[in-house]
Amino acid sequence: MSVDRNTVARIARLARIEVPEGELEHIAGELNGILAWIEQLQAVDTTGVEPMTSAVASSLPLRADLVSDGGILDNLMANAPDPHDGFFTVPKVVE
Amino acid sequence: MARESAAATVIEGATGPWEMVIGLEVHAQVVSVSKLFSGAPTVFGAEPNTQVSLIDAGFPGMLPVINEVCIAQAVRTGLGLQAQINLHSVFDRKNYFYADLPQGYQISQYLQPIVGMGSMIIDLADGTSRTVGITRLHLEQDAGKSLHDQHPSLSYIDLNRAGIALMEIVSEPDMRSAEEAGAYVKKLRTILRYLGTCDGNMEEGSMRADVNVSVRRPGEPYGTRCEIKNVNSVRYVMQAIEVEARRQIDILEAGGKIAQETRLFDPGRGETRSMRSKEEAHDYRYFPDPDLLPLILDPAFVEALKADLPELPDAKKARFVADYGLSPYDAGVLVADRASADFYEAVAKGRDARLAANWVTGDFFASLNSQGWTIETSPITADHLRELIDLITDGTLSGRLAKEVFEVMVETHQAPGQIVEERGLRQVTDTGAIEAAITAVMGANADKVAQYRSGKDKLFGFFVGQVMKQTEGKANPAAVNELLLTMLKG
Repeated sequence: MSVDRNTVARIARLARIEVPEGELEHIAGELNGILAWIEQLQAVDTTGVEPMTSAVASSLPLRADLVSDGGILDNLMANAPDPHDGFFTVPKVVE
Repeated sequence: MARESAAATVIEGATGPWEMVIGLEVHAQVVSVSKLFSGAPTVFGAEPNTQVSLIDAGFPGMLPVINEVCIAQAVRTGLGLQAQINLHSVFDRKNYFYADLPQGYQISQYLQPIVGMGSMIIDLADGTSRTVGITRLHLEQDAGKSLHDQHPSLSYIDLNRAGIALMEIVSEPDMRSAEEAGAYVKKLRTILRYLGTCDGNMEEGSMRADVNVSVRRPGEPYGTRCEIKNVNSVRYVMQAIEVEARRQIDILEAGGKIAQETRLFDPGRGETRSMRSKEEAHDYRYFPDPDLLPLILDPAFVEALKADLPELPDAKKARFVADYGLSPYDAGVLVADRASADFYEAVAKGRDARLAANWVTGDFFASLNSQGWTIETSPITADHLRELIDLITDGTLSGRLAKEVFEVMVETHQAPGQIVEERGLRQVTDTGAIEAAITAVMGANADKVAQYRSGKDKLFGFFVGQVMKQTEGKANPAAVNELLLTMLKG
């Protein structure tokens, strides 16, 4: 598997990362290097090996259904640009 | 759109018959005190951004910890939908950018949902039933809310809803008419409410439907579908389907092709409109959330939830038919809402069950409608109805007097016994009093008595009416009939 400059441009747009036109070729090369390395890993026969989801043996911790948070409007808004009446604001987005 | 009835399964187009194929994705807000991955509260209608944790707001370094009750609610819902419970499920990130999604991704379940295939029976107006397949149910986070009409150049963002647990319940494309889709949403809402896993309140957005619609010639493979997003009432679901199917048929009959796309239903204009032009918006680049380990359920946990499920509407309906001798229709009306079913059982206990069903589904439900009451707020209680039924059963009230007493109950909220006492509405069963009334009526209508006796049987009804009038409607009708027959014979 490999990616070309169009794919890089598309992925960058989806991730909202600005990649200058002149960088696309270079980044495609880097990504292809990583993909080649993963292909190399995939050559290992893992038949019968359970996928590992964590480096330490543990299970998903659960939380009791209790209210222990919220009510921190001032903290939330401390770094928000231009809050209005308790709302975050962003440039108008209408579909 | 008046051309077809809502129940039509085949639509006649200009070039021949078409069939609709409908599948639904329902987003149901999980009943829980706190959010899916944070301890912020879920109460509806709070001041903006006051029910938000740093996790919900997507602050860096915050880690999600799952709410065990939300897991239990999803499993209970799966069990209520006769579905397979997956003991191993995985949370994924669904990546997209929108102002009310501060993390830049929604935590959802993609390839390995918590609940797999199930099914649900829907009941249709003509008395038939159909089974609709459930494809899956998965847990995910809700997004926040954007308000676009508060400021000329800004959108306002409220994250109170962000992070609340949703169940996305996906059906198979098994429905063939708007009526079936409406019945599906209603039945699903009923089941969720019985289970207490979602309040089903579509006005507050606790339940929203995405509707997939395509059309085809009967018997042919599926056509290209369009998805109508975020429809928030049963009526709109049905309208959107009718409108969208007609739009697709018109395109196909004109020789065009359907573009697979997301559309919005505009109830005001009665049309659907294309919503997203950028196809890449659908490229969500799912991957397993590295902050969350797979969710492993203990079979004993699932068994315990199963053992604790309430009686569900289908089982309750079957029991009402079998134990109370109700018609499937009446039983269906009563079990559509758990409160109605409980109310009915309270009224029917130790009473004539069918008489109780008639009163509950008839005059009582009519009074709820006309007065704007709910079962919870109605001043007419189950005890009042039991008392009324007792008064009918012991002969104090005729059916006609009982209706009169009920009307007074609606007005004054008094107990029926009290109304009977105060207003003297007791039925006259005293033979002497009825005989006296009959004698008076016969005396005043000697000509009609003669006509009756010479063979004009139809006059019998006239005499019954006069006697009832004479007794102000309080005479026992059976006694009147019996005594009149004898006395008219002479």
